[in-house]
Amino acid sequence: MNEPPLYPPIDPTTFDLIVVGTGLPESVIAAAASASGKSVLHIDQNNFYGSHFASLTIPQLTSFLNANSTSLPPPSSSNTVTSSDDFSVENLTTRPLYSDVEISSFSNQLLEENSNKFYLDLSGPRVLFCADRSIDFLIKSGASQYVEFKSIDASFLGDENGKLWNVPDSRAAIFKDKSLSLMEKNRLMRFFKLVQGQLAASSGGDRVNENKEEEQESESPGISEEDLERPFVEFMTKMKLPSKIKSIILYAIAMADFDQDNKEECKDLLKTKDGIARLALYQSSVGRLTNALGAFIYPIYGQGEMPPAFCRRAAVKGCVYVLRMQVIALLMDKSSGMYKGIRLASGQDIFSQKLVLNPSLTVLSASSSPLDSFHERFHFLCLRDVKQKVARGICIIRSSLKPDVSNFLVVYPPRSLYPEQITSIRALQLGGNLAVCPPGMFVLYVSALCDDAHEGKKLLNAAMNALLTCPDSVNPESISTDQIENSGPKSTLLWRALYIQELTMGHFDSISSTPMPSGNLDHNDILDSAMKLYQKMYPNEEFFPDTTSPENCEQDDELSLET
Amino acid sequence: MHGRPRKAPVPEDEAASAAKAEKLRALQSQVLSNHRHKIYTEEALELSTRLVEINPECYTAWNYRKLAFEHNLTRSDSNPNSVKSILEEELRVVEIALRQNFKSYSAWHHRKWVLSKRHSSIEKELWLLEKFQSADPRNFHAWSYRRFIAALMDRSDVDELEYTQNLIDKNISNYSAWHNRSVLLSNLMKKNVEGFTEKDEVLTKEYELVREALFTDEDDQSGWFYHLWLLDQTVKAKSPLLAVEGVNSSTVNVEYGSNLNQGLVWKPLSTYKSRAAQAWITQLSFPNADLHSLEAYPVEITVGHCQGIISSSGFHYSQSSHFVFTVRVQPVKKELKEGSGVEKISWTDENFYLCEPHFVESNLVAWFHQLCLKNEHEPVANAWQVKIIEEEMKHFCMLSDCKIGKLTLARLLTAYDALMSSGKLVHSQEILGLYIDLMKLDPPHYQYYKNEHSVVLLQQVMSSRESLLSRCFHYRDLTSSSRGYPMCLRLNKLSLSRIGSFAKLLWVQMLDLSHNELQSIEGLEALQLLIHLSLSENKLSSFTALEPLRQLKSLKSLDISYNEIGARSIDTTRYLCSSPLSNSIGNEWEQDRILVDGVSMTNYWEAFFVLKGLNLTQLDVVGNAIADENFTLFLVRVLPTLKWLDGVQLNLF
Repeated sequence: MNEPPLYPPIDPTTFDLIVVGTGLPESVIAAAASASGKSVLHIDQNNFYGSHFASLTIPQLTSFLNANSTSLPPPSSSNTVTSSDDFSVENLTTRPLYSDVEISSFSNQLLEENSNKFYLDLSGPRVLFCADRSIDFLIKSGASQYVEFKSIDASFLGDENGKLWNVPDSRAAIFKDKSLSLMEKNRLMRFFKLVQGQLAASSGGDRVNENKEEEQESESPGISEEDLERPFVEFMTKMKLPSKIKSIILYAIAMADFDQDNKEECKDLLKTKDGIARLALYQSSVGRLTNALGAFIYPIYGQGEMPPAFCRRAAVKGCVYVLRMQVIALLMDKSSGMYKGIRLASGQDIFSQKLVLNPSLTVLSASSSPLDSFHERFHFLCLRDVKQKVARGICIIRSSLKPDVSNFLVVYPPRSLYPEQITSIRALQLGGNLAVCPPGMFVLYVSALCDDAHEGKKLLNAAMNALLTCPDSVNPESISTDQIENSGPKSTLLWRALYIQELTMGHFDSISSTPMPSGNLDHNDILDSAMKLYQKMYPNEEFFPDTTSPENCEQDDELSLET
Repeated sequence: MHGRPRKAPVPEDEAASAAKAEKLRALQSQVLSNHRHKIYTEEALELSTRLVEINPECYTAWNYRKLAFEHNLTRSDSNPNSVKSILEEELRVVEIALRQNFKSYSAWHHRKWVLSKRHSSIEKELWLLEKFQSADPRNFHAWSYRRFIAALMDRSDVDELEYTQNLIDKNISNYSAWHNRSVLLSNLMKKNVEGFTEKDEVLTKEYELVREALFTDEDDQSGWFYHLWLLDQTVKAKSPLLAVEGVNSSTVNVEYGSNLNQGLVWKPLSTYKSRAAQAWITQLSFPNADLHSLEAYPVEITVGHCQGIISSSGFHYSQSSHFVFTVRVQPVKKELKEGSGVEKISWTDENFYLCEPHFVESNLVAWFHQLCLKNEHEPVANAWQVKIIEEEMKHFCMLSDCKIGKLTLARLLTAYDALMSSGKLVHSQEILGLYIDLMKLDPPHYQYYKNEHSVVLLQQVMSSRESLLSRCFHYRDLTSSSRGYPMCLRLNKLSLSRIGSFAKLLWVQMLDLSHNELQSIEGLEALQLLIHLSLSENKLSSFTALEPLRQLKSLKSLDISYNEIGARSIDTTRYLCSSPLSNSIGNEWEQDRILVDGVSMTNYWEAFFVLKGLNLTQLDVVGNAIADENFTLFLVRVLPTLKWLDGVQLNLF
């Protein structure tokens, strides 16, 4: 770090926009700005794309987590610039966004041989809904041609006994489900139909009254305005859904994080209209893409493929890329206090109108007067108020938790594992066919929202214990030997990383800041905030204008999906 | 593939299709010319290939290709390689044509034809079918081709059943898959394939499967159709046989006096020229009987001792059963003498007196009531049938808040009552309630529910001696002297839209069906003893609806007043072609035309057709649109025996 590699100076030295960090929101902004004809410089201090959204090998992941979990020593004086002729200089430093990193290996030999054959997501577990906005962005931006996806085969609801129950998320799944009673099937499907009717009615209202007859036909009893505003869980109770079904809908389909039955403790009580929107997203995802049977897809080679795909689109449109380059300071206009440019570790000053920083960059806590205008204005760069954390865990396991499926999602609703569990825990197992690990091995991601590391670890451990002791998890032949030798849950576990990640929000100003990967399963909130940031920066520019260039035309409408 | 709205063509499309048509016409005339001149060269074939690629429905081109195929095959018979290439080329062309239109009858047919010629390269067919069936899982062409290929390949029905299961798992709305399942299961059960020998087990499993589908989405029709099929399989053996054929002296034994089947001729009572009928009639003759001895002759009838009676749905009646009754021979009362003494019947309520239970006739009614086929070998329904139906009833009670759930429940209850010992209608009140709900819930199908309701209501009336007797009346007209009227069964004011239970009405000679909502009297032909019939105040809309009356040779008085006959110019309730030129009706009309000429009757040919063979002495037609002076003239001509028309004595004219 102290001796950054020598780079030829960047030319030109003035850009419309400088983006620091290559996480997903930064990459999307860079691609969108480039597509609108802005000159963009995109810098990352790492030697890989993706920042906190990257997929890394075991050594890379280990060093990245370790490096970002401890406060760096104050930059050496050579790098610290205190004054300049024309600008006031604010030194930047990297702020640790991870904590309580705990990495353990249970089979050194096997992993050493393969350690570079893994692409482990820093932001896991994470998938894409087939119908979510990230797919639209991928297609609209043209980035879809650089990523390939595969379907996630199944999703399950887990219980404390390690049993996994199918999530009856579509008509076919309800039909095939063995655990639901006939009446439960009927109630669930009726509820789905009610929601679909509601959506058809509301989308019909937006349309110009072209087919009046059709609209009248599709008129359904609908859901009243009053119901739409009340908590989703109450609405479902009103619809006489049994609690088992409610739980499935709330936590395995609408992906609610907090216990919806407990109003006092619930930090995010889902309203009916939001619940229905989430249900709609899920349902429109099922069957949207011809080769994906379920609601989710996952990028081959990991989620880390997403940011570079956008970066490549940006590069095609003229964005300048510099990796392994640190930004050490912000240059502010002395008189107005406005942002002017950045100083690179190479010593070069680059100027731009706007700046987007990834969340790990922060202003060195100013020992000078804390009330000066800069700190007042850009306080979010100095002191980020982190309300929530997300606990993440990555396991490498020797055999699939389910003998017949390799890629699947598991949700543990609040209080399904232990009474004090107030948040949902989601787990995602991925297999070698997604090219994220060597064949025969599987990667298991687990995450849950938490207030502190202790609680987070407890959540992760509970889920991992339930999953890894799952009766299905071990092949019948291997039970005898493995369990005698290793005994206990770790019989299939080869390697494990647990860490707590802070959830920081995006922030807009002439210096903007992007958010950290959220605790959600999808990218939607991240992309939303990226889009909002972009629109605030460039209110007159379209977010990914429709391209007419012939090179995109062919790939435009379909997403490549491997079967 | 389904539910895609048709788009209105835009001008560019129309221009393009005009250009395409031009091209197609040229191509077509070339191919036809080659066809005429029997030119089967490679170039000529190529032209036909292009034609069917553009228009797979061009059957002449396919026919030409068939001739060419055979022509080329005979030329190259010695060389297996060229045979193979001819075959493959033909299949390739069909495949391309099918890609163009995968619902082309001609193309699918051609493919079948090619494959039935030479059994080669058949393995590819299943692969191709996978493609077509995944493109549209409900493509019935592909399904029928699949059955053809499966038979050709000798693919086991069990494998095919598994295939339907897979498709149903993917989409429970796949009607074709459900249907194929019913076909396969029928085969498997018929052939007694291992695992399919116990009908009850097979059906129970199927009920479980379809129940999952029905409860998942009760709005989807496919499963309900399959459920109906299952229900049919469950109760078929016990359900009342509808039209049957094969009734004759070898299938029915009638032992009377010292005779066995002597001189008996069984005739179907059918309104159509069909060999099947719901009612069959034969006449016993007692030539040596002493008319005044009042001797009772026992008659014993045995049915089902040998196969031969087949229902129209293909079911073989094979349950041996018999019943016995006695006959007394009496001289015919010469009461109704020719001409004079024919009295008018007035169907007003004050002329009817309820039968007292102790009357002789009451006993007669009761006796007729009990007369029915006694099943000796199966006193009660098979336990498994009852068990299945009970299980289904239990489940569909839960779905009785939706239309189809109610209907199925009604059907199940009906089946259950039919299964249980005859006569006891435990659930009829519940069934009636369900149909009343359905009439309110689903107005578009009102008439269907109404009909079902009527049938059940009638069953209820006929179910017990008491309820039957409460509808039996004596007719006594204070102004007339005659007391020789038979007992009258009054089924009036029940708002019936359909009648049934004919088996229990066979004895009826005087029947009042007035003040109902009848649109048809189908089945009434079974009531061979009927002399007096009132159909007044119903919804009969044409004389064709009265066709069953043609079989009632004893009918003397008929009241069809206040119906809707002639109100509609086109009879929408008819399903037989009514043109005088198109069926048997026409022939008779032509023959008799001259007879009744003189009155303009072309408008009345339907009435003529129904009334001509009857010897009515009384007819009431007032209150129908058709009734006017001309019609009166017509009636007088057609019915020479008529004495009373609309209450007016005719010889007063």
